[in-house]
Amino acid sequence: MTDPVLSIRNLTVDIPGRYGTVRPVDGVSYDIAAGEILGVVGESGAGKSMAGNAVIGLLNRPAFISGGEIWLNGQRIDQLRGDTMRRLRGKQIGMVFQDPLTSLNPLLQVGEQLTETMLTHLDISKAEAEKRAVAALDEVGIPGAAERLNSYPHEFSGGMRQRVVIALALCAEPSLVIADEPTTALDVSVQAQIISLLRKLCRERGTAVMLITHDMGVIAEAADRVAVMYAGRLAELGPVRDVITDPSHPYTHGLMASTPLASRGKARLHQIPGAMPRLDAIPEGCAFNPRCPHARDKCRHDPRPEMGASNAACWFPLVGAEVL
Amino acid sequence: MLAYIIRRVAQSALVLLIVGLVAFSMFTFVGDPIDNMLGQERTQEDIDRLRGQLGLDQPFPVQYYKFLENAVQGNFGVSYRQGRPVSDILLERAPATLELAAVSGLLAIGFGIALGVFTAIRRNGVLANFIMSASLIGVSLPTFLIGILLIYLFSVELGWLPSFGRGDTVDLGGWSTGFLTESGRKALILPAITLGLYQMTLIMRLVRSEMLEVLRQDYIRFAQARGLRERAVNFRHALKNTMVPVITVIGLQLGAIIAFAIITETVFQWPGVGLLFINAIQFVDIPVMAAYLMLISVMFVGINLIVDLLYFTIDPRLRVDGKGGH
Ligand SMILES: Nc1ncnc2c1ncn2[C@@H]1O[C@H](COP(=O)(O)OP(=O)(O)OP(=O)(O)O)[C@@H](O)[C@H]1O
Ligand SMILES: [Mg+2]
Repeated sequence: MTDPVLSIRNLTVDIPGRYGTVRPVDGVSYDIAAGEILGVVGESGAGKSMAGNAVIGLLNRPAFISGGEIWLNGQRIDQLRGDTMRRLRGKQIGMVFQDPLTSLNPLLQVGEQLTETMLTHLDISKAEAEKRAVAALDEVGIPGAAERLNSYPHEFSGGMRQRVVIALALCAEPSLVIADEPTTALDVSVQAQIISLLRKLCRERGTAVMLITHDMGVIAEAADRVAVMYAGRLAELGPVRDVITDPSHPYTHGLMASTPLASRGKARLHQIPGAMPRLDAIPEGCAFNPRCPHARDKCRHDPRPEMGASNAACWFPLVGAEVL
Repeated sequence: MLAYIIRRVAQSALVLLIVGLVAFSMFTFVGDPIDNMLGQERTQEDIDRLRGQLGLDQPFPVQYYKFLENAVQGNFGVSYRQGRPVSDILLERAPATLELAAVSGLLAIGFGIALGVFTAIRRNGVLANFIMSASLIGVSLPTFLIGILLIYLFSVELGWLPSFGRGDTVDLGGWSTGFLTESGRKALILPAITLGLYQMTLIMRLVRSEMLEVLRQDYIRFAQARGLRERAVNFRHALKNTMVPVITVIGLQLGAIIAFAIITETVFQWPGVGLLFINAIQFVDIPVMAAYLMLISVMFVGINLIVDLLYFTIDPRLRVDGKGGH
């Protein structure tokens, strides 16, 4: 097997605060291979965005990477600072944000924003950049790309804007794209288009994708593997089919059972009792134990479980517990 | 867009009409001009004759219309005190005020924006915090006090700069400028700082807070995530967006600079229209007061109009493309 594009080892992010330090990302490890789409799911506040921001080096202060390693194409990047890190952004790591309405600078034409990005990273002439900008818009499916170069963001619809955002994220041909809930803010009717566009482009170019989302439908459709996060930790990591249909971690099981998947026409949805703990009140042992229907003493007292052969960080992984 | 411009011009004209009405009313309601113009030993006949001459026996709307007609042609009558046409006096005095206001305005805008951007980008830096604290002084001290303090320090104690007047001026085809002589430039420094300091701190604080707001926006984060250079992010992306709301305020502040010049001109005995106005009030020289009022409002309205049009060049969302139209 070839080396993965992205490799995260034991990544830990800390936020020092007045009342002590909290740890929104706690010992997370995963790889993403070229051309692979890794779905990252989990409840709100699980640390999905925080992990993505750590990779691209855009953690908001005072959050910082307090442990672990991040490797990109064989280069360790978690310790890079300033201009060295800046050069990686856009060039090797692209990012797509949630809300296309606010992601684009309203005062600059989309062509300007595209050429600016390319000229920053690529050693090409302005004319060449403009040519590539047209091609980039064309590739993401914007009709009449050449004419739209001089359009301002407000002249596009939401879905079209997200296409522009994707063109911008990909224009310097990064090897990794982090898409943080790229369809959450969009109309349901265009969500599927955006996801399939993202998938198509990344497959063609062999780009690795970290696809952060709440939408299990999106995961089922686009992802190759899934990472399930809970309270800053990885609960489960495995191929998409296994995780969705045959989850090993009770949390994943609850999460799947509470998701309306089109393939499963269940009238009543399951609900996981309780709520995810606050970061300053994460229980001892397995973080999920207070909400887990299968929790035993070991789960409450022993140090937290590590990821085993079962793909799940659980002492007593479920076997054959199909989601009904 | 054309419709918008026409509407704005119409609004401006309306404002000027109303100010004109106020200015004109001063003639009728603040003292009797006849009293001012004729001496103690006047006859009823003299009074009636002068009334007829000045058109004061005609109905109010007619008089107002006459006033406007004259005002548009730059004719504001004759100063009660100096006995010369007001327009001549104003033209004589205007260069002093305009030069002072221009230098103050440039100082205020230039330093205000530069310091605002600096304090926003280095928001946690020691120097930025010091500047922010110091700016409180600029905002809270009254103009005349700043002027007096500057005079005390630089004229009285250090003796570096003159404390009053305009220094030597050079006449350039009717425009007397102080820029071309050394004493003229020296004399300009203290008044310009006095007049511009408040506006500078105001612009600086506004730019800072707007810029901090802009720096929190998603498109700035996206620009950073695309690896754009810090300079491009701060200036190309953030500053431009910061300027959209700041421009209105700057426009208003430029108007305010010309209006506030009254105080500075008084403190420094600067021979501009502000000082002229103060003296006119003391002598109830209504034509001069009315003309000053009109002049200031024309400037205010003019600046506002320019500011509104500037929006179009900066913010594409306001522009309407040829096909559509609001
Ligand atoms: N400055 C801060 N101080 C303390 N806690 C913070 C701070 N910023 C974020 N957090 C916490 O970090 C945790 C992780 O946040 P993150 O944005 O990564 O969640 P997420 O999984 O992306 O959630 P969502 O699905 O809502 O986007 C959250 O619990 C959040 O409350
Ligand atoms: Mg998030």
